[in-house]
Amino acid sequence: MSSDVLLEVSGLTTLLGDAARPVRVVDGIDLEIRRGETFVLLGESGCGKSMTALSLMRLLPPSGRVAAGAVRLAGTDLLRLTEAEMRQVRGGRMAMIFQEPQTSLNPVMSVGDQIAEAVRVHEGGSRDRTPARVVELMRAVGIPDPARRVDEYPHQLSGGMKQRIMIAMALAGDPQLLIADEPTTALDVTIQAQVLRLLKDLQAKTGMAVLLITHDLGVVAETADRLAVMYAGQILETATTDAFFAAPAHPYSRKLMESLPGADKRSARLAVIPGRVPHLDQAFVGCRFAERCYAVMPRCRDQAPVWRDLETGQGVRCHLWDQAGGQPEGLTRGVGDAAAAPETALEGAPDPEAAVAPMLQVRDLKVHFPIHDGVFRRVVGQVRAVDGLTFDLTPGRTLALVGESGCGKTTAGKGILQLTTPTGGSIRYLDAELVGLGHRRMRPFRKDLQIIFQDPYAAMNPRMLVGDLIGEGLQALGIERSRAARMRRVAELLDLVGMDSDAVDRYPHEFSGGQRQRICIARALAVEPKLIVCDEPTSALDISVQAQILNLLKDLQDRLGLAYLFITHDISVVAYLAHEVAVMYLGRVVECGRVDEILDDPRHPYTRALLSAVPVIDRAKRRRVIRLEGDMPSPSNPPSGCYFHPRCPDAVAACALSYPEETRLSTTRLVHCLRV
Amino acid sequence: MSVMPVVLWTDGLVFLLLALIGAFVLYASRHEHMRAPWRRVVRSRVGVATIVVLGFYVVVGLLDTVHFRLALDRQGDNGAETRYSPEVLSLLDLALSGLRERQEKTYSAPFATHLFVKEAIEQPDGTLLRDYPRLEYGGAHLEDPARQRGFDIAWRAAWGALQGLVIWVVLAAGILWLIARSRGETSAATRAAILAGRTPIPWRTALIMLGIMLVLSAIAGELALKYHILGTDKVGEDVFYQTLKSIRTGLLIGTLTTLVMLPAAVLLGIMAGYFRGWVDDVIQYLYTTLNSIPGVLLIAAAILLLQVYMSNHADDFASLVERADLRLLFLVLILGVTSWTGLCRLLRGEALKLREVDYVQASTALGVGHFTLIGRHILPNVMHIVLITLVLDFSGLVLAEAVLSYINIGVDPTMNSWGNMINSARLELARDPVVWWSLTAAFVFMFALVLAANLFADVVRDAFDPRLKGAR
Repeated sequence: MSSDVLLEVSGLTTLLGDAARPVRVVDGIDLEIRRGETFVLLGESGCGKSMTALSLMRLLPPSGRVAAGAVRLAGTDLLRLTEAEMRQVRGGRMAMIFQEPQTSLNPVMSVGDQIAEAVRVHEGGSRDRTPARVVELMRAVGIPDPARRVDEYPHQLSGGMKQRIMIAMALAGDPQLLIADEPTTALDVTIQAQVLRLLKDLQAKTGMAVLLITHDLGVVAETADRLAVMYAGQILETATTDAFFAAPAHPYSRKLMESLPGADKRSARLAVIPGRVPHLDQAFVGCRFAERCYAVMPRCRDQAPVWRDLETGQGVRCHLWDQAGGQPEGLTRGVGDAAAAPETALEGAPDPEAAVAPMLQVRDLKVHFPIHDGVFRRVVGQVRAVDGLTFDLTPGRTLALVGESGCGKTTAGKGILQLTTPTGGSIRYLDAELVGLGHRRMRPFRKDLQIIFQDPYAAMNPRMLVGDLIGEGLQALGIERSRAARMRRVAELLDLVGMDSDAVDRYPHEFSGGQRQRICIARALAVEPKLIVCDEPTSALDISVQAQILNLLKDLQDRLGLAYLFITHDISVVAYLAHEVAVMYLGRVVECGRVDEILDDPRHPYTRALLSAVPVIDRAKRRRVIRLEGDMPSPSNPPSGCYFHPRCPDAVAACALSYPEETRLSTTRLVHCLRV
Repeated sequence: MSVMPVVLWTDGLVFLLLALIGAFVLYASRHEHMRAPWRRVVRSRVGVATIVVLGFYVVVGLLDTVHFRLALDRQGDNGAETRYSPEVLSLLDLALSGLRERQEKTYSAPFATHLFVKEAIEQPDGTLLRDYPRLEYGGAHLEDPARQRGFDIAWRAAWGALQGLVIWVVLAAGILWLIARSRGETSAATRAAILAGRTPIPWRTALIMLGIMLVLSAIAGELALKYHILGTDKVGEDVFYQTLKSIRTGLLIGTLTTLVMLPAAVLLGIMAGYFRGWVDDVIQYLYTTLNSIPGVLLIAAAILLLQVYMSNHADDFASLVERADLRLLFLVLILGVTSWTGLCRLLRGEALKLREVDYVQASTALGVGHFTLIGRHILPNVMHIVLITLVLDFSGLVLAEAVLSYINIGVDPTMNSWGNMINSARLELARDPVVWWSLTAAFVFMFALVLAANLFADVVRDAFDPRLKGAR
């Protein structure tokens, strides 16, 4: 058994910051990774996952240091090696890939040279063999035509390709352990499916172990053999994947799973974990999760739970399991609570079949950005970010605009609000045409149309108080002219989004991501809009926080009758929140219809591929992944005919000739495909 | 003694600048995002040390900025209008009137008791002797300079140092008491904290620096009473006095230029980046064109034009000082015109970036007007760039003055400035034996100012750079 263990971590403790008040980012964790397995470290942001990985590689930032513990890689204690010896291990026996392939590659070196560098470090000597090895590595990570790609530079490659190059570099030293720190977070689902598949294949071929760090439960379910749940620098639970998804042992794991949005939870509120991850610069007395736990007991607060191995092979750090034998009763308490509170989301919304006049009609919307070149900056081409977008939005309902990055969904949202000037087409709001309105003539409509952004950190001026931020629209549109009345209204709005009114006199940086997103929502609500464009409002947030924001958005829709144009790439959010779905590819809608129609029975090949690539927890619901070849073409030079035909598995010759007309499948459903 | 205040053009601008700085301090103290970086500045040891040094320069410069004309002795006391001297003096002149008035015949070396050149001296018996004559003031109190001078200088230096120390102790005790009161501690506890360097603001460094500066000034002050500590120039004027008077010129060029160019740079830069389109094109063409004219050419043309004007309208100027002042103002203006392009370009880039930021888009979506938006969202978020540029430019401008005066297109030749001192040193260095002290004095004072300003600028830059936040 022990020869089976590749990496053994015991009592690893990492401190960050000055000695007087250190932050214990990793606090005594124990791990075992066996040869050839995929071990996942799961947790929300700020819980110490990445710091664990960096501690293993001894790549901590200058202010960090390992205070205690041992890391044994096949018997060698890594923490006792000299830096020179450690350099041999790094990239040799143990390699790492990072989240952001864009910034991990040197933009002024060709990718071949960068891989060659890694090869030379670990193989030394025979330089004439290096080019051959580079091509071999690139072929191994599935890069088409590697001999030609060797001389290309990172900017010529797409995100997925860059991540493949990173993996090739990591493989150069034939590592026994590959640490992948959120390797697919920055990638689209279809590309994510490719990269995860690649990792699996490589693992099967080389027999290396993979330590995968992620926050995505779907990715865990699809890839992991075993996993550990991390929270506030500690491991709360370890289990095999099957056992974990069958019956998570820790209340935190349980809540995490419940807070995932999905179609089956449509009529219910999502479970939320109240509060936030505690700061790690304090001395903990009891259980670190006690403050947010639904099954908290008095002893949880003053007695730290010890590690406990269960009969099922799971391990857990929780007082609930102190009594021997069977499943503790406290664990299941509260699980039903969320589902028990029935919501009227679907019933409250207008009946889709009833003829409600659409409030927003977008017809053939085009947003092109000119490409200038030459001395006189002549227009040499157009980036067709949005190229003929058509949809309707009825009051009180949610239309989800779904697509991968670069398909123009954000530009479409901004174009509707005239934040980006549309090049053509028509946007009718009620009876008015919005396209072509200038800054001043657009002002009357600003009150009705609002926007919430993806990144709550960038969406607020760091130099302004929250009260002024929320009151800005009231002031600008002359709704509340006196400051006192404005502040009263701001307090009401903060209350509406579930925040204390003392936030008024504070700066945005004092709030967490979820709280900031609430403030952004309050700012949008201030002018009492009828329609809010939600531009990926939850993709920068953790799962538990995402659930809070989704619940809030749903509540607000029920109470205020808002319509949402919900821009997202996350299918589970769509399934939970949307009434209608429009799937975008390269600036156009390829398929649209009611959410159940689209998700249950996708008809367009692209929709099918997109849905199949989404990682699913439930094995029974898992579909066969339809692998799309290549990447999305550049919007400055779209393919002839159907934009999707070069990647389409079902394409026929006719597809390349002209863009397919719409095919109406039912009163609510449209598809643009010749093969339907 | 009644006086008539005189406000020269540049004085007015200095007062305006002070008012602006005051308003900025008031604004910054109410906004945490402005206060935090300044707190980082005063918490750095280099920061406080340079602040103390710059403080001494600023005090001298300000003293030299309060101008007035003294009343002449009244002839008839009843009803007659008081008549004022035509000479415009400053507080600094008054404080240094001893130095100003003790004029020798020509060159004398620092601490010399005799002139630097031989003259025919008439002996009591009527014969003529060619020798170095005694100075009229420098070391005149000594009976046998050769024997007494060394001891006298040492004794006076020690006495000056003692005075400096006493002033320092009194000041330090006052500061200590104030700190102790604001921290709510006993003076002893505060003193221990300062000595151990445990205060958040490095008071130990600040006080040591203050001590060094005070002792040096007191020694210089004590010695200057009886000697020309930096020698005298060709017409026998005290070089130490000239150097101190030059401080104002240097500071003015460094600060007023930025004051003049700031509105144009900030407004045009942000407008170009925010509105883009034809506005951007016009502003870009403007500054690229301006940038491609050699700055020196522009400055020379402007100064020559002014000279012609002044010689044609000699009656418009009440005094030499006013004339020189107008020329300084003109120099400041023209330096401003040539130097705003750099900042403008920086701000344009930043505004281009900021206009796409989500919070600017959000307020556009809320219907906020263009100029409100610029004032509320863009300007506060480029302020750090403006500040960093200002402090970095300061030392460059001080040096530019020296260069321009050296090629005779700088300030008026009658005005005291380091550039003029260096310019006149050109001839002195060609003499044999070399007259080295004018150049050295100008160099040392300018070097100390520019070094302090550069170090301070580095600290400010680091404190305001958002990317360095939390680093170190």
